[in-house]
Amino acid sequence: MKTLLYTSLLGIACMLAEMLNLRRLITPLASVGLLVIAVLALTQWDSNEIAHNNMLIADNFSLAFSALILVAASFIIALSGHFYKNEQNKISDYTAITVFVAAGAVAMVSFGNLAMFLLGLEVLSVSLYVLAGGKRKQIKSGEAAMKYFLMGSFASGMLLFGIALIYGETASFDLQVIASHIESYQPSVLTNAGVALILVALLFKVSAAPFHFWAPDVYEGAPTLTTALMATISKVAAFAAFYRLFSACFIPVYPVFAWVFTVVAILTLVIGNLSALQQDSFKRMLAFSGISHAGYMLLAILSLYGKTDNALFFYAFAYTFASIAAFSIAIVVSENTGSEKIEAFNGLGKSKPMMAAALTIAMLSMAGIPPLAGFFAKYFMFSEAIKNGHLLLTLVAVIASVVSVYYYFKVIVAMYTTSSEGKHIFQLKPVYATVLLVSVALTIAAGLFPSVLANLF
Amino acid sequence: MLLLITLFLPLVFAAVTYLAGDRLAKISAFTGSLLTLIGTVMLAQPLLSGSTNAITFATQWITNPNIQFALQVDGLGWVMLLLATLLTPLIILSSFNKVIDNARSFYALVLLMQFGMMGVFVSADAFLYYIFWELALIPIYFIALLWGENSDKAFRNRAVFKFFVYTLAGSLFMLIGFIYIYQLAGSFHISQLYGIPLTDVEQSFLFWAFFIAFAIKIPVFPFHTWQPETYKEAPAVGTMLLSGIMLKMGIYSLLRWLLPVLPHGVLLWTPLIIVLAVVGVLYGSLIAFRQDHLKRLLAYSSFAHVGLITAGIFTITAEGFQGAVVQMFAHGVNVVGLFMAAEIIFQRTGTHSIAQLGGIRSVAPWFATAFMIVVLASVALPTTNAFIGEFLLLYSVYKYNTWLAVVSGLTIVFGAVYMLRMYQYSMLGETNENTQVFEDLKWNEKAVFTAIIILIFALGIQPSFITDIVQPSLEKILNYSIR
Repeated sequence: MKTLLYTSLLGIACMLAEMLNLRRLITPLASVGLLVIAVLALTQWDSNEIAHNNMLIADNFSLAFSALILVAASFIIALSGHFYKNEQNKISDYTAITVFVAAGAVAMVSFGNLAMFLLGLEVLSVSLYVLAGGKRKQIKSGEAAMKYFLMGSFASGMLLFGIALIYGETASFDLQVIASHIESYQPSVLTNAGVALILVALLFKVSAAPFHFWAPDVYEGAPTLTTALMATISKVAAFAAFYRLFSACFIPVYPVFAWVFTVVAILTLVIGNLSALQQDSFKRMLAFSGISHAGYMLLAILSLYGKTDNALFFYAFAYTFASIAAFSIAIVVSENTGSEKIEAFNGLGKSKPMMAAALTIAMLSMAGIPPLAGFFAKYFMFSEAIKNGHLLLTLVAVIASVVSVYYYFKVIVAMYTTSSEGKHIFQLKPVYATVLLVSVALTIAAGLFPSVLANLF
Repeated sequence: MLLLITLFLPLVFAAVTYLAGDRLAKISAFTGSLLTLIGTVMLAQPLLSGSTNAITFATQWITNPNIQFALQVDGLGWVMLLLATLLTPLIILSSFNKVIDNARSFYALVLLMQFGMMGVFVSADAFLYYIFWELALIPIYFIALLWGENSDKAFRNRAVFKFFVYTLAGSLFMLIGFIYIYQLAGSFHISQLYGIPLTDVEQSFLFWAFFIAFAIKIPVFPFHTWQPETYKEAPAVGTMLLSGIMLKMGIYSLLRWLLPVLPHGVLLWTPLIIVLAVVGVLYGSLIAFRQDHLKRLLAYSSFAHVGLITAGIFTITAEGFQGAVVQMFAHGVNVVGLFMAAEIIFQRTGTHSIAQLGGIRSVAPWFATAFMIVVLASVALPTTNAFIGEFLLLYSVYKYNTWLAVVSGLTIVFGAVYMLRMYQYSMLGETNENTQVFEDLKWNEKAVFTAIIILIFALGIQPSFITDIVQPSLEKILNYSIR
């Protein structure tokens, strides 16, 4: 399991580079390095390597998610060189911490042991607490960091407590041992309580209602690049871990919690979408839309006994790249206009047609319009949910998805039907253009050729 | 192969048009749509020579779920394809004398929409069909949103958005319906869906999942509320595309994807749907009666016409099907002519209000004659194209229920009244300050009207051209629909 090792080493290398006076090389190095590690991870496809006494398992599921996370991290780091241009003396810290976020996320998608899971989650979370407070001179950034830290600590505490209870029942942290124990004995109160606590912690991490309250404030307050990190990597890793944990160990206790999943999924879909309707801040809108996407991804968790890992991966893929495209444009626009409101996008269709087209595609994909990746993502989710008999829930999801069109189109309408009044005078940095182009291209390609990603596992 | 080329021509030319720049955009778009028309006509060869086999093309697109890139052109599909490819060049030509800003995007979107609509008519895989169905929606949303002409922006945004959400909501339910059927059939291919065994309860629910999608597109009462505002707000080209071709997607889908797949569900709900359709005929005519806004009047009259088509289809008889196809074609041609006339009037006078018009005939005789012919065709005068279709439809409804036929028959009389009254008030009488200076038809408008008038009479005198070619495919659909 070298992916985790390499990623961590890369993070350390970023810090060392500062000492060696190679500051200008840090972001390109980290960005390319992560891509290389992603490719290396994919070369281990089908090897199913098990490392360190079952601590890490490199099955195809974890490799695919690791690669997705590393690519996303690489894109975000590529953007950070310009994003933190006024704080170049701290660039090594930002970059290194972002790489550690990726390392934590990789651990979270490949763990074979609850201890490893906790470690991964903590590495990811602590790094994100720091990054959320990255704009030290802005009070909102500090507020975001504080909120995220307090709420996140509670969640970690619950997780730890839950793991302890499971350990009390099964006398092991190892997923296989836990699974065989739970399968062979009647689920006890201890198991159920442990699973419940772990469940709460995970629902918190994926920002599912009613554990979503931190998300909008933190998303809005944190530097936009960190928001992108939280919206993509953190959420995807949490969902992958969620799926991994529950499909590996907790299927026997699943019936106890089925109704919880259903209620949470419905609440998340309804609250996420209805709240997003009312936002005029683009970042807050994306935060709530991220909550509603968590609702769709919960459909995969809900139907996990039907093997929905592929649907989950496809959704994560579509969501990640549409989000990165949206956030990278948000960074450029808000930097240029000084506003994070949707009005800041007014007239972008005239002044920057290519950017506007890219954002339109990202929004259309998130809204699930064919033939983009987001459509197939939703299609696979709906189809898994229907296959497993959640017809009513699917109808809720469909209605939610119609509602979501409203707020995604608000951005499109703002871009195309209003005039910019001379704003948006800027040149798009080549790095931004590249990231944008690749993200949009992936969004379209995954829509045109979904088979490539739809039958991985 | 020819089928593939024909289908993708509009897509290719959409790109070409966008790259050609604003000045050459319309020429490129027109060329593209003409080539597509030629391709479609060439495609008919095996169908005309008496072969009843469909032209097909299939290749696996996605293995799991089992989705094929499967195309199929039978008689019905070809007639629809012809309608789409025939009207698009006319619609593009009709806008030649207009200055359109950002023309390259505009015409690229028009061709993109044509691509989507053609795809709907030739898809033999439900999933592919669904994708084309949605693909046609995006361009028209932008066309209506960005190039709409009149009234305030906020209102237009709302109207167009309502249209979009309405249609999308409907089609998502259809998607759920397809997914549900797929779980049982293991394939989206149309040959697997026809005759699939479903319980009556399932069929009854699935019926609505599909019907709502189609009813919104057609539109059938009471799912029509998006229509008049959208027609009014969209630019002329958009309105023509919507009313001429796009709403036929809904009617076509009834025949292709609803009746043969869910015969028992259809049977269960037929009485309700026919009554709704006839109510739509009546309601549309009554409201059209009271309209002063030319485009809204035409929108409601179009709504009344398609209500009758829907009623005819739901009688599930050979006459009803035949009449529906003939009338679909005729309505498409006529409605493009009507909206074109409305656009000409608006361009010259700056108003859509019938009350502010009058006397145009004395200053623009060519236009008045052409308009008259189109109006007469739309009220189904014998020897015009709409006559035979409307006759067959009324006959099928009559066979189903005399009273419903009486009501819809009367509304056709109403239709004649309000259309002729509209003509009288706008074209005859004294000129006023709006209509004093009214330039007669320009060359491109003459060309479009000539083509439309030829089509009106050709199909009015020789409707068997269409009825013969669709006969085998309709028979097959009918056989599946009356199980």
